[in-house]
Amino acid sequence: MTLIMLFDILLVATLLWLAWRLLATEDIFKAVVLFISFGLLMALAWVRMRAPDVALAEAALGAGLTGPLFLSALRRMERIRKEERRVDTDEDRDDDVKAGNKRKETI
Amino acid sequence: MMMSKPGISGRRRFDPFLLLIFLLVLLLTLILARAVCTLPMGGEGLAGEVARFQQQSGVESPVTAVLLNFRGYDTLLEVMVLLLAVIGVWSLATASFVKNSFATSPVQISVVRLLAPLMCLVAAYLVRQGTHLAGGAFQGGAVLGAAGVLLLVTELPWLSVVPSLLLRIGLLLGPLCFLAVAILCMFSGRQLLQYPSGEAGWIVLLIESACAVSIGLTLASLFAGGRPGGDVSDD
Amino acid sequence: MTNLLYSLGGVLLFTMGFFALIACSHPLRKILAVNVMSTGVFLILVASAYRPESAGNIDPLPHAMVLTGIVVSVSVTALALVLACRVQETSNLAFLKQQRNGSEESGE
Repeated sequence: MTLIMLFDILLVATLLWLAWRLLATEDIFKAVVLFISFGLLMALAWVRMRAPDVALAEAALGAGLTGPLFLSALRRMERIRKEERRVDTDEDRDDDVKAGNKRKETI
Repeated sequence: MMMSKPGISGRRRFDPFLLLIFLLVLLLTLILARAVCTLPMGGEGLAGEVARFQQQSGVESPVTAVLLNFRGYDTLLEVMVLLLAVIGVWSLATASFVKNSFATSPVQISVVRLLAPLMCLVAAYLVRQGTHLAGGAFQGGAVLGAAGVLLLVTELPWLSVVPSLLLRIGLLLGPLCFLAVAILCMFSGRQLLQYPSGEAGWIVLLIESACAVSIGLTLASLFAGGRPGGDVSDD
Repeated sequence: MTNLLYSLGGVLLFTMGFFALIACSHPLRKILAVNVMSTGVFLILVASAYRPESAGNIDPLPHAMVLTGIVVSVSVTALALVLACRVQETSNLAFLKQQRNGSEESGE
């Protein structure tokens, strides 16, 4: 009985901590990855709530679809921003490409 | 202070306006928590009613019975909402298929070749077992959609030559099938979505299979992020 | 007790997402915040229907509602993401310059 109680508290605390982290991190990519793990833990919570149907849907949609959706949108936005920078500072293009490469390495 | 403000960079931490919003949200939290505490929890709800009419619904899983029989109207409209989302996405952007298919590694291609049929099989199994266990059209459709996402990510060259007419037919299959059944029920002297007794089992399975295909294609085309290129509507 | 624990967790998720929705400016973060909010609502709904194994069957109605809600929230998220990309595209400097050049050329 107390073991289950402990599990409940741990699960809810982890969910809340993950939600706070994903809303508070500066890096959007990190936030999206945290959101995927948040969805998977949510599936665990649905199983604990005796709702296996919801858990199946959440696991398939949360991990298989929402995450890739956000990641592809993120990539598209990055590409748009890169194009913008290229036009904006046309003469500094070489410096810009170097900076981009450096940024990629750090990522 | 840091704890209380998610998503705020260091510079803006002492914005008084934000503090006001934080206090208001805190107040909202307290009100909602008070409301939740007074909710009737863990009651029987409609479990007894559903169990009583389970026999008539033609399926053994209570959730599937509620989704496709007792509250079929909700599900019909929900499938329409999915269709509307695809129409919205298609009217906003054009999907850019296959640009650098040479960049995909052969390992990834062979893994996808193995996984995609397997995922279709799992989806079919989920739809089939939805009649008596956990599973159903939405879970099967989600797995199908995930398989579609896998194919799209791998950027297989044949995806760009799939005729868009076929895609449209697949997208419409579920909603139209559901609607046809609903209207046929009306023509045979019953109410909208009131399935003939004794035959509800295979009707539910038919609707579920059609909807699973549609939902899978819907989710995959939502991921593609736009209308297929070289479409009829293109100039 | 379990119902209450998970329900309060859902309330906290909801308000956390609500605050982030107001406070953050990046569109992707806003969409993430809406998703967290909707998850909180689903958690409250399902938790209010939960009863232990010994108490008997669970009301399947909230489960069905949450199931459709999850699928709808994914499709709405996809639509919102495409809209956000479109906004970024049309507020893009390159696009604006191109438009301006185009209008100048057509004006001449």
